[in-house]
Amino acid sequence: MTPLLDVRDLTKHYGARIGCADVSFTLYPGEVLGIVGESGSGKTTLLNCLAGHQAPDGGSVVFDTRTEGPRDVLSMPEPERRMLGRTDWAFVHQNARDGLRMRVSAGGNVGERLMAVGARHYGNIRERSIDWLDRVEIAADRVDDRPAAFSGGMQQRLQIARNLVTGPRLVFMDEPTGGLDVSVQARLLDLIRGLVRRMGLSAIVVTHDLAVVRLLADRLMVMKDGQVIESGLTDQVLDDPQAPYTQLLVSSVLQV
Amino acid sequence: MTDQAYNFAYLDEQTKRMIRRAILKGIAVPGYQVPFASREMPMPYGWGTGGVQVSAACLTPEDTFKVIDQGADDTTNAVSIRKFFEKTAGVAVTQRTTEATVIQTRHRIPETPLSDGQILVYQVPIPEPLRFLEPRETETRKMHALEEYGLMHVKLYEDISRHGEISTAYAYPVKVEGRYVMDPSPIPKFDNPRLESAAIQLFGAGREQRIYAIPPHTRVVSLDFEDYPFDPSKAPHPCALCGAEDTYLDELITDDTGGRMFVCSDTDYCASRREAGEAA
Repeated sequence: MTPLLDVRDLTKHYGARIGCADVSFTLYPGEVLGIVGESGSGKTTLLNCLAGHQAPDGGSVVFDTRTEGPRDVLSMPEPERRMLGRTDWAFVHQNARDGLRMRVSAGGNVGERLMAVGARHYGNIRERSIDWLDRVEIAADRVDDRPAAFSGGMQQRLQIARNLVTGPRLVFMDEPTGGLDVSVQARLLDLIRGLVRRMGLSAIVVTHDLAVVRLLADRLMVMKDGQVIESGLTDQVLDDPQAPYTQLLVSSVLQV
Repeated sequence: MTDQAYNFAYLDEQTKRMIRRAILKGIAVPGYQVPFASREMPMPYGWGTGGVQVSAACLTPEDTFKVIDQGADDTTNAVSIRKFFEKTAGVAVTQRTTEATVIQTRHRIPETPLSDGQILVYQVPIPEPLRFLEPRETETRKMHALEEYGLMHVKLYEDISRHGEISTAYAYPVKVEGRYVMDPSPIPKFDNPRLESAAIQLFGAGREQRIYAIPPHTRVVSLDFEDYPFDPSKAPHPCALCGAEDTYLDELITDDTGGRMFVCSDTDYCASRREAGEAA
């Protein structure tokens, strides 16, 4: 089986400081990879380098494209990489405001990716927007409301709908449940899990919340100071942590 | 100081060469916004400094010059720019569209079809059609370079979802020669079909320091949706003065009891129709 994403020795420095160093992993179709670690451990840097938002200093990111097979994303011409970014890839930001156009209606937000790949029929675009709003549990009569009129949880769901409408194969998520209260978090996680399973998506989820990866991720990478210090199956890492830092992380979770 | 203290058409020759280079590049790449070193002009930004610089670079002593402002030859902006070039270039001026070789316009295209040999110079306030959708100039340039124009349709989508139709009535975005999306300056969308013309069309934005162009006989397509096609709408009235039914009209309030009349916004077209009518 060809891996969907094959990452080798990805390195990013900020001057003399390390962003992330020598990160390697493979991601297979339908698999969800969790990346956990404390603040400043390089999780977000890694995600941004993978998604092409930042240029890494070294390494390779090989993605299995639909038409041409495995290709190195980093050496790809920019138009192709950006095309990938709005068709086969999706990026869910921690703050929904970063991923949404706040002055454009919900329907327009969902339709943007469709129009970006050439949809030019208003009726069809609107129909698909409403369909996707429904899938993320937003009522159809909110289609013309601006995201500013939505609650935080709804904004996050809208962002997910906007990203998944073109049927991507790989979703990058940066703290998708950050800043939401626990009951909304639980529903959002349920929703993401359902969508990921139903659409057969692969996903890379960056979070500091161990409960999120326990629910979503098949495999887990633990990062500290820009390095991957432990990786393996989620349950295995969380139930039997080997590295001292992972043990600290797991034992730091507050119990109710 | 005498008028002779000015170089022909106010700008010095080096500046005019610089502007001409930008114009030639603009014509070579239809719809592409060429940066140029816009000069201070003896008028405020927003009064047509871009158009004036382009006109100055195009004028020769043999040219006949016409200026219109919202279609009219006799409004402040038109009169003062016409006087400016009468004084600094000494060129012949006219109000007749057919007699002019260089026409500077603010927000209208003359109703009379233009012919080859004529140059139409537009004054442009904001040359970037994506400006209000994407505020970063670095990003809009990239979007132009990579032909990522989906966002332009998001604006039209918003129009339809909010108003039931594409409500953008002026500065209606167009695609030039199948490549660049361009802001045609705030002309009414009624004028959009006439952007495909035999004349050279030059666009100058002084404050934003951009020049772009549409060469003669270039394909210019107004953006739309398959199920909401482009509609160059117009007020459902004939002109109250000349009776024309196919022109862009101004609505004039005539008294304080609701009286109004619709007249051609193109004063020269209206006047010549009335003259022809009286002669017949």
